[in-house]
Amino acid sequence: MYGKGLKPLSIATVAMLTLSLSLVFFYAPLDADQGFVQKIFYLHVPLAIVALLGFVAGGVFAVLHLRTDDRKWDAWSYVAIHISVIFGVAVLITGAIWAKASWGHWWVWDEPTLVSFLIVFLLYATYYPFRYAIEDRDRQARYASVFAVTAGAFVPLNFMAVRMAESLVHPRTFATAEGGMPGEMMLTFLCSLVAMGLLWTTLVKFELTAKSASGQVKRLRRALDAPVSGGSSRIAPEVG
Amino acid sequence: MTPSRTAFAAILAKDLRSELRTLQSLPAMALFAITTFVIFRFGLDRTSLSGSLAAGVLWATLLFAAVLGVNRLFVAEREEGGFDAIRLAPIDRSVLFGAKVAALLVYLVALELVAVPIFAIFFLDDAAGLAPLVAILLLTNLGLATTGTLISSMAVNSRARDLLVPLVLLPLAVPLMIAATGATEHLLALGGPSYDRFGTWLAVLGLYDLIFGLVGYAVFDFLLED
Repeated sequence: MYGKGLKPLSIATVAMLTLSLSLVFFYAPLDADQGFVQKIFYLHVPLAIVALLGFVAGGVFAVLHLRTDDRKWDAWSYVAIHISVIFGVAVLITGAIWAKASWGHWWVWDEPTLVSFLIVFLLYATYYPFRYAIEDRDRQARYASVFAVTAGAFVPLNFMAVRMAESLVHPRTFATAEGGMPGEMMLTFLCSLVAMGLLWTTLVKFELTAKSASGQVKRLRRALDAPVSGGSSRIAPEVG
Repeated sequence: MTPSRTAFAAILAKDLRSELRTLQSLPAMALFAITTFVIFRFGLDRTSLSGSLAAGVLWATLLFAAVLGVNRLFVAEREEGGFDAIRLAPIDRSVLFGAKVAALLVYLVALELVAVPIFAIFFLDDAAGLAPLVAILLLTNLGLATTGTLISSMAVNSRARDLLVPLVLLPLAVPLMIAATGATEHLLALGGPSYDRFGTWLAVLGLYDLIFGLVGYAVFDFLLED
């Protein structure tokens, strides 16, 4: 049932990704200071925004799970955080490449957005060992939701604290992102943002469909009284 | 229904009495802190510290010592069946959260009563910054106590409990440490304390305490269900 609408969504995602990538390479103007390497901006920033929104969405699903006690929402929360962590790895890698190209170092500590993102990523990376460590399924789902809510509240607070720790002498490349960006760049950026958002949604839907299918297979096996082969779905929530 | 105040006082008194009788956490925390100071003295090869280095050494040590206390916070409840008793008792469950935060707060204050003077004797040339430091210590303790209680109550019911607390608590404590070291750095600066952005950092600490206090209060009920 999670597979419904998956095909049009996938097609839309591929089309949007193609469109945004062609805009990035053939339409958006070259940055005057940074040249070609600035184009990674269209990958890095949308990925980061979508990952952060995904973390917050994971928190919202977790609240729904705690309120309704419906395991479906725990699965949504788990998958949202899971895909966002994967996006997070991509954000850190593209950020490091960009930092190396434009500042000459793989890692720059006085770029508050990058540092905040690393801290948020480190926190969410502990979501997996945290879930693994709790055996009882109901308790695992509840505790994971509590974690997701707490971490969701942590995201904005952390960004504020890191930004305040800056001495504010560092030139902010995108301090005027909205105001200073030429129209073509803005359009390309927005297209990339939509494409990344669609990609995230598609991946979440695929993951949920797979979880739901494997959960159903497990239930059917159990009904047939055959031994269930354990494996990768150990931490993943079964979706009803 | 037992009034919440009575229940709060009873649980807090129980915790403090059992700590006083068994001395499971506090001596370990204090000893750990002092040993860590010695390690920093040789690791940094400095006999006196000031500014950001002093703030970093002090807060890293206090944070890791606090992790020891957080680890043991709910062990008695788990092993002696205290969780079942609380579930059976006709009290509001968030009282347990409040009482445990208060207990952890007392442990942290006790730890700092030992560790901060020793830090001053070991490393500081000028103790004038210690008086305003009290405000930062108290606000940071409150933040550590709320997140620590939340994490500890979850970790104690898992397989890897001693591993989970440092793993999850340390990233959660990063904003606290940013604010605490940011303020402490200027208080322990060479040539007397200065109050650069002192109020701002206090506000950040207060906001952290408020947010995680509310989050903890809101979600703690779900951790006790069985």
